[in-house]
Amino acid sequence: MSNEGVIYRISGPVVTATGMKAAMYDVVRVGHEGLMGEVIELHGDKAVIQVYEDTSGIRPGEPVLNTQETLSVSLGPGLLTQIYDGIQRPLPTLEEEMGVFITRGVDADAFDLEKIWTFEPQVAVGDSVVGGQVIGHVQETETIVHKIMVPPTASGKVKSIESGDFNVTQTVCVLEDGTEMQMMQKWPVRTPRPFQQKYAPETPLITGMRILDFLFPLAKGGAAGIPGPFGSGKTVTQQSLAKYSDAQLVVYIGCGERGNEMTEVLDEFPHLIDPNTGKPLMERTVMIANTSNMPVAAREASVYTGITIAEYFRDMGYDVALMADSTSRWAEAMREISSRLEEMPGEEGYPAYLSSRIAEFYERAGRVETLNGDDGSVTVIGAVSPPGGDISEPVSQGTLRIVKVFWGLDAGLARQRHFPAINWLNSYSLYPQSLDQWFRDNIAQDFPEIRTQISGLLQIESELQEIVQLVGSDALPIDQQLTLEVARMIREFFLQQNGFHDVDAYCDIHLQYQMAKAILSFQDAAKSAMAGGAILGDVVNVPARSDLMRGRFEKGYIDIIEEMVKKMTDEIADTVEEN
Amino acid sequence: MTGKEYRTITDVKGPLVFLNKTEPVAFGEIVTLRLSNGTIKNGQVLDTSDDLVIVQVFEGTAKIDRESGVTFMGDVFKLPVSTDLVGRILDGAGRPRDGGPEIVAEEKADIIGAAINPYSRQSPNDFIQTGVSAIDLCTSLVRGQKLPIFSASGLPHNDIALQIARQAKLKDSDEEFIVVFCAMGITAEEYNFFRSDLERTGALENAVLFVNLADDPAVERIITPRLALTAAEYLAFEKDYHVLVIYTDMTNYCDALRQIGAAREEVPGRRGYPGYMYTDLAMLYERAGIIKNKKGSITQFPILTMPGDDITHPIPDLSGYITEGQIVISRELHQQGIYPPINVLPSLSRLMGSCIGEKTTREDHKSVSDQMYAAYAQGRELRGLVAIVGEDALNERDKQLLDFSGVFEDKFLRQTRDEDRSIEETLDLCWNLMSAIDTKYLVRLDQKWIDKYHPDNRA
Repeated sequence: MSNEGVIYRISGPVVTATGMKAAMYDVVRVGHEGLMGEVIELHGDKAVIQVYEDTSGIRPGEPVLNTQETLSVSLGPGLLTQIYDGIQRPLPTLEEEMGVFITRGVDADAFDLEKIWTFEPQVAVGDSVVGGQVIGHVQETETIVHKIMVPPTASGKVKSIESGDFNVTQTVCVLEDGTEMQMMQKWPVRTPRPFQQKYAPETPLITGMRILDFLFPLAKGGAAGIPGPFGSGKTVTQQSLAKYSDAQLVVYIGCGERGNEMTEVLDEFPHLIDPNTGKPLMERTVMIANTSNMPVAAREASVYTGITIAEYFRDMGYDVALMADSTSRWAEAMREISSRLEEMPGEEGYPAYLSSRIAEFYERAGRVETLNGDDGSVTVIGAVSPPGGDISEPVSQGTLRIVKVFWGLDAGLARQRHFPAINWLNSYSLYPQSLDQWFRDNIAQDFPEIRTQISGLLQIESELQEIVQLVGSDALPIDQQLTLEVARMIREFFLQQNGFHDVDAYCDIHLQYQMAKAILSFQDAAKSAMAGGAILGDVVNVPARSDLMRGRFEKGYIDIIEEMVKKMTDEIADTVEEN
Repeated sequence: MTGKEYRTITDVKGPLVFLNKTEPVAFGEIVTLRLSNGTIKNGQVLDTSDDLVIVQVFEGTAKIDRESGVTFMGDVFKLPVSTDLVGRILDGAGRPRDGGPEIVAEEKADIIGAAINPYSRQSPNDFIQTGVSAIDLCTSLVRGQKLPIFSASGLPHNDIALQIARQAKLKDSDEEFIVVFCAMGITAEEYNFFRSDLERTGALENAVLFVNLADDPAVERIITPRLALTAAEYLAFEKDYHVLVIYTDMTNYCDALRQIGAAREEVPGRRGYPGYMYTDLAMLYERAGIIKNKKGSITQFPILTMPGDDITHPIPDLSGYITEGQIVISRELHQQGIYPPINVLPSLSRLMGSCIGEKTTREDHKSVSDQMYAAYAQGRELRGLVAIVGEDALNERDKQLLDFSGVFEDKFLRQTRDEDRSIEETLDLCWNLMSAIDTKYLVRLDQKWIDKYHPDNRA
């Protein structure tokens, strides 16, 4: 058998070829136009291929050519600031090649192969190098040094090493066994990149969103799921994370989502400044956009393309955060392909291997010791779009079984315009224990205790609310009425955060702690004032309290918050004398 | 190969015809079937291999037998497009229905349509004034947006759609929309209603109608919206028009999709709808938008009726995940005799933030919208409480909010079918209505807007 076969059958994105030598996951070129596809099943001499482009007009009898390669991404300087489709074709190049509508049959390099980069060697002739070792640096953007690594499979003694200006395909290093290395390398997307070992995460990914950092923190190298019905703010949350989280690099995958939303991201990101470095956000970002009407097989591939790029930067020793919006669309792509293959379905028509694919994907997150001995991490945050908001469905359940952080978005909160609409009663994070030491050392010794008090108050509130529903709040004892007021302050002052506000969108973790303390100070002051005979209504309405609450929208809040708390507690104390 | 007629039909099942032993046939190719009685039907290849071809027949398979002749036309489905389309009425398969001549094609366009490169899109940010207060204030429509109406049977969604079609315009501009109207499985009566309204107002001259009625073949409904969108894309991106596409009723479209899936014995997803329905709907809805360096735009207004008023039903659910918001019609408000019965609470426009404010509508729009929404939401919630504890148990603030919720429905929502309120009129109306609430309870309003717009300060 040869590398060339002919098409036997076409059914939507699934094409069957005969007479071709093929192995699983080989990349093939289908038809006279050479559409890109991937072998996903073998039956005797028939190879079943999922095609990444539209198959209309293709006929049985057209040729199929096996490239003998597996689906791979190109890795090297030039990745950052790019925007790709699901199979790593840059969208701006596609626009040049095919116009504003995405047609088919066009190949595009993942980045400019001719662009000259300045390569600074980090090893010398005669040094022994192993896979993953850094042999040189390239200043790719102002903030990011792109480290050129020995491919994971190579090792040996350096015979020659260059220094100076090269493009990514020129050889910069030769080993004694003759292995030539360029700044660009390829890696198959479905194979996780190797590392030495996985560590337990112990540093939080600071996101600047109070409810996430304070109540449900995610660790660098952890995995989180955000399920929520439409309109609950999944995309806004994901975008906030992409903007403000303190990862060094961000890979953002728009998987089967809206075109206009991707455009908004594309318009907005170049103008945004990274609060952690003060540099344009785009310089640390790689974007993958496969909107809902782009070919479904490429949507299936897009999450693998994204995570492989993330792992590559992890191997340089960076902390990388990957957002996938939405993993449900990825799962649906699997379902669609699976049903074309006439596979026996599992739950709700999804293939039986759905949960293992989800698990394999999230397992590629982690904090690792790289081959080079560095410390790097990939944090994965996956949005889930459960039908009707009901998380008992297979994708949500498959995700929840594997992730350690669950940020549950809630339609009810969204309807009350409480944003971020993350439900504080059913969300959870299993990381606090491993992260508490970091919070104690870096923020405040009593940080975990303050968190416990805040979440305890919210818990009590939900119980009291049930009674209030029946009898009204006036029927409650006065101390419980105060608890309701404090909980309301937590919700309105602390948990609610305006993702579109210049100042409020990003809240420093130290400030978060101060704000939480301010709420508890209010509670303490109110309690003692009321013990002295003050009236709840007076205590709640002291002007300094509303000044304090409004202050979070002003710049420099962190410098004056303590003073404002002091003023509030003084005013509350004064309410005793008035009576 | 075109012209060669096969008589190799083996099976006919629902809308599908199975044939064997043909020359290679392209996937998606158009097919003509000639029946023994001379009738001609059209179809499209759904699956093709060396031994078996599956054809989906648009006009239904009645009277097809194993003797019927099948001809493959050598090309995928294309619509002849030209500016002559404007003012015409076509049937669900693109043939003239108004007794007029065939469309003389300036070009032929593939009806499946290619995805717009996200990099080539332009962010929509031109506010469309619909003249309907509830929409303009709370779920502002933007040129290039896809904003569906989630309705249910027996509700006046058609009136609302027509009112929007009539009144929609850019603020301070007379530029009109070309309306592309796409009917899928609606009754002749509904169709006549649309048609006579468009005729009465003269809008028909600036409209293209694609009409598949309830007694037309269900399978044809699969292509009707694709024809409509292909016409819309031509008018918008080749001829610089701003196009408003209204389609009704998406529920009938999805049911037709289910029918074909069942005939193909596909593994069904939720409620029997095919697993690829999300992708299929996206292929329609995502054809809305604006493209950089092109003058025209496509704004979509799909109407769907939620079976059993259930917003979690797969049709509204999947639509909601793709579209940029939704306008929800409420049976409760309709029964109170309020028109338009729009429930603003679950309604949403995702692109609203980009189109309102000082430069486009008015500086206080966001603030007013938030406050109106919040006050109404609280008022509605209090109705539940009052039913249990009685109105006397409410404090002063709650009483005012409770009263406000009634006024909101009666004065703000309610307007007549030809009442075209400008956004300024809508905002001023809001200020008048909110003045019934003590200012200290209007916490979402910025003080500077209270100083400037509150009736007490304006007088």
